[in-house]
Amino acid sequence: MGLLSDPVRRRALARLVLRLNAPLCVLSYVAGIAWFLALAFPPLTQRTYMSENAMGSTMVEEQFAGGDRARSLARDFAAHRRKSGALPVAWLERTMRSVGLEVYTQSFSRKLPFPDETHERYMVSGINVYGILRAPRAASTESLVLTVPCGPDSTNSQAVGLMLALAAHSGQIYWAKDIIFLVTEHDLLGTEAWLEAYHDVNITGMQSSPLQGRAGAIQAAVALELSSDVVTSLDVAVEGLNGQLPNLDLLNLFQTFCQKGGLLCTLQGKLQPQDWTSIDGPLQSVQTLLLMVLQQASGRPHGAHGLFLRYRVEALTLRGINSFRQYKYDLVAVGKALEGMFRKLNHLLERLHQSFFFYLLPALSRFVSIGLYMPAAGFLLLVLGLKALELWMQLHEAGVGPEEAGENPPHPLTQGVGLASLVAPLLVSQAMGLALYILPVLGQHVATQHFPVAEAEAVVLTLLAIYAAGLALPHNTHRVVSTQAPDRGWMALKLVALIYLALQLACITLTNFSLGFLLAASMVPAAAITKPSGPRALYAALLVLTSPAATLLGSLFLWRELQEAPLSLTEGWQLFLATLAQGVLEHHTYGALLFPLLALGLYPCWLLFWNVLFWK
Amino acid sequence: MAAPVRIFLLVLLLLGPGGWGRAEPPRDSLREELVITPLPSGDVAATFQFRTRWDSELQREGGTDHSFLRYAVLPREVVCTENLTPWKKLLPCSSKAGLSVLLKADRLFHTSYHSQAVHIRPVCRNARCTSVSWELRQTLSVVFDAFVTGQGKKDWSLFRMFSRTLTEPCPLASESRVYVDVTSYGQDNETLEVYPPPLTTYQDVILGTRKTYAVYDLLDAAVVSNSRSLNIQLKWKRPPENEAPPVPFLYAQRYVSGYGLQSGQLSTLLYNTHPYRAFPVLLLDTVPWYLRLYVHTLTITSKGKENKPSYIHYQPAQDRMQPHLLEMLIQLPASSITKVSIQFERALLKWTEYTPDPNHGFYVSPSVLSALVPSVVAAKPGDWEESPLFNSLFPVSDSSSYFVRLYTEPLLVSLPTPDFSMPYNVVCLTCTVVAVCYGSFYNLLTRTFQIEEPRKGGLVKRLANLIRRARGVPPL
Repeated sequence: MGLLSDPVRRRALARLVLRLNAPLCVLSYVAGIAWFLALAFPPLTQRTYMSENAMGSTMVEEQFAGGDRARSLARDFAAHRRKSGALPVAWLERTMRSVGLEVYTQSFSRKLPFPDETHERYMVSGINVYGILRAPRAASTESLVLTVPCGPDSTNSQAVGLMLALAAHSGQIYWAKDIIFLVTEHDLLGTEAWLEAYHDVNITGMQSSPLQGRAGAIQAAVALELSSDVVTSLDVAVEGLNGQLPNLDLLNLFQTFCQKGGLLCTLQGKLQPQDWTSIDGPLQSVQTLLLMVLQQASGRPHGAHGLFLRYRVEALTLRGINSFRQYKYDLVAVGKALEGMFRKLNHLLERLHQSFFFYLLPALSRFVSIGLYMPAAGFLLLVLGLKALELWMQLHEAGVGPEEAGENPPHPLTQGVGLASLVAPLLVSQAMGLALYILPVLGQHVATQHFPVAEAEAVVLTLLAIYAAGLALPHNTHRVVSTQAPDRGWMALKLVALIYLALQLACITLTNFSLGFLLAASMVPAAAITKPSGPRALYAALLVLTSPAATLLGSLFLWRELQEAPLSLTEGWQLFLATLAQGVLEHHTYGALLFPLLALGLYPCWLLFWNVLFWK
Repeated sequence: MAAPVRIFLLVLLLLGPGGWGRAEPPRDSLREELVITPLPSGDVAATFQFRTRWDSELQREGGTDHSFLRYAVLPREVVCTENLTPWKKLLPCSSKAGLSVLLKADRLFHTSYHSQAVHIRPVCRNARCTSVSWELRQTLSVVFDAFVTGQGKKDWSLFRMFSRTLTEPCPLASESRVYVDVTSYGQDNETLEVYPPPLTTYQDVILGTRKTYAVYDLLDAAVVSNSRSLNIQLKWKRPPENEAPPVPFLYAQRYVSGYGLQSGQLSTLLYNTHPYRAFPVLLLDTVPWYLRLYVHTLTITSKGKENKPSYIHYQPAQDRMQPHLLEMLIQLPASSITKVSIQFERALLKWTEYTPDPNHGFYVSPSVLSALVPSVVAAKPGDWEESPLFNSLFPVSDSSSYFVRLYTEPLLVSLPTPDFSMPYNVVCLTCTVVAVCYGSFYNLLTRTFQIEEPRKGGLVKRLANLIRRARGVPPL
């Protein structure tokens, strides 16, 4: 503090910031990216460990042996499903009751804001079936959930079979928590409807019948997706809605039973690297890390478990993968892992809270804690801070030569920035953001009347049109500022934009690091160097390439590249359009925040930089 | 709705006549009975009741003084053998003789339902109630789950349930009986048979339906003497099918709605499934003070319309002193669901007030529902002293209804919980950082700094200038 209150040193510091600004910015940016890539390497990644005592030291013995029963139940379910064309509610009710569960159903319906072309649905109505296994002599204050989301076709019928077989096996004396076996229709929509009804809230405009049976506070949930009788590996998904993650202990628990049962378990479809000493291991973990970051940044639930996290229910999804590997496991192995997980969760005295809630996973058994990954984003945001500081000093002419400054101390009042000239661009860009958020869904009917497009196309095209129109709009409605300082106007605008961007990115990074980091990595360089003089065309190209929409497009290509399923340009464009529609839909159906965040927050902010570039 | 197990400490000390105390009760020492009820699901419920009565020198004073009325609930209690042992020791024969030999802990705690109670109340000895007796009634209800222990078979015997048989009554008992519910629910033929065949049967209206019981009186020498032990067996003639159990006329459900750690809502659903009769229900709620109730948000809706309670008594909570008390008399329309909801905000506790496992959540006690439920068949109010003990659990006020008290499930509510692993670190570090930074930043932001050259330097500077002058260099 003494450093800053001493005018002489302060001036020296200011000169340092001004003179070394560009190198410092470059250094900081490079440091941020390098730090992020280094997260996949051993000193920064740690081995995961079980923090929860109740689950760590106690042993359970899995006795599940109902593989044949699971298979026959799955066959019955698939047959009934094919016959009725929808979820065989009566059959499920009967079967669940026969294994000793308390069975309830819940009907729900939802009209989507516009037709969902990916899942081919618009007016959705379905029925969820759930059975509660009451723990003996317990007061139904806590429960665990095993959920199987069922899509439109009869995939996932093996999961239903396994779930029912587990339910039949679970009539044991040792349960201390109730177990809810839930089969939802229309996959995530059904899950959302059930969760909202269970917590008696309505946040997405879902119409559903109230639940007749409840089982207290849900402590943990596991979603199961299986589509064949044998699996070669189990993939675990943790990323939830808006990038929320379950407590790391739940993942540790899964990993424990993977090892115990000798199962092959993957994360993001990637196996664990075996060899950490050579370069291959860390390289593979960089890929896994990037996949996780992309998945988390998208803010969409990576499985039905993602919707539980909002209600503070720790949850993850297990997916049975059947690939061409040699060793295959049957349903008994998967059932044993699930039984073991539930029995250990049954031991929990408190909610899962001991381990990390914020983490990145470069491999299944390695994690990066929040304290280690935050500096990466911090370095990137420092660039914005340094640039803002430079502009502020230039505006106040601090840091000019000490002799002149000493003789003529700056008069902040006379050099005041014309804040009035900033009002118009700020308002116009915010209005554009608001239009981008509201108009596509609101104006879809108008668009379909006047143009030969379907509703979903209309929404996406309106979205793109408004996005592009934002670039062409004349933001510079201001009158000519004082002639003595022509640079003052854009500098002030850029200063405001830099601070606005830094604040937004910092807030996003705190809640969803992946999204914050991706946006910072793409938007910061262009934001830092944009100015109305110099090679404008180059700046403009750079700015467009790093706009939020372009970042999304780039992320899609990177994601498919990392999944070893590269996209061609046209495929990429198609996927981009579909993703836009999905993003808007997910905002309306599940309350995903990526779309409003981009439309109302980052897009207007980005427009300010565009405005700076074309400042006259 | 299979009510889960819980134990309530409900101490009702009324200095005055007991609820249904009649004048001049017979001065019996001990009555014990066991009621076995096969459930439609194939499970078997067993209810023990023991009643002891003794004279007391305590004199009754004037009318009932409501300032002595106390209500306390401990919602968090996991029943285990530690609860059973002291309970058994209250019995005159302990578990040495009589029905109590069946109370084997390892069997009783392998059941799917367990409810254990102690009731104590004063009973008037004469019409003017100038002297009172005290009555201690102990009840224990368990439900044996066919799925858990039956290995697929649904036939039961005393030995299979308790791994004991009955040999002799408690010598102190004036009455020692086993009742087995043999009511045929279905059509003409009986669904189950009991062995050995009962000597007598007993018919009564319980919970509004007519029931038939096979009675085994242990004091009757013929019952036990044949094989020196009594092992009652139940055989299903037609195995019961797995169907949804019959729905009672009144049941309730309670839950916490909402998410997040700031606010929430307590909702109680009251179901009246009677096809054409409405009846009133007295709802008693105690809510701990750390859930701050917003009384203006209290809404009661039945069939989509607002339902105005005819009586409301509300006593607000005092922090750390007393809980909220909310008592309402609500009319439940026929075949309806009534939803009583009230919003609350979660309070921040002092950090020493958290329980040892704060992330488990905090319990909210169940609501208590008291109601006169319409009967299906008319019953005539009997003489409570003469009829079996289980009658007094569901007293009939007039021929058309019976009294029921229901407890909803307790709730688990999580409160905002600090991270107890490092409270000192966090508190101390933040306070220090804030304290150090605040002053400096405030200084920097509010002051303007100007350089003022000192007129005269200090001693060191003067010395330095002397040396500089000697060297011919301009002074500082």
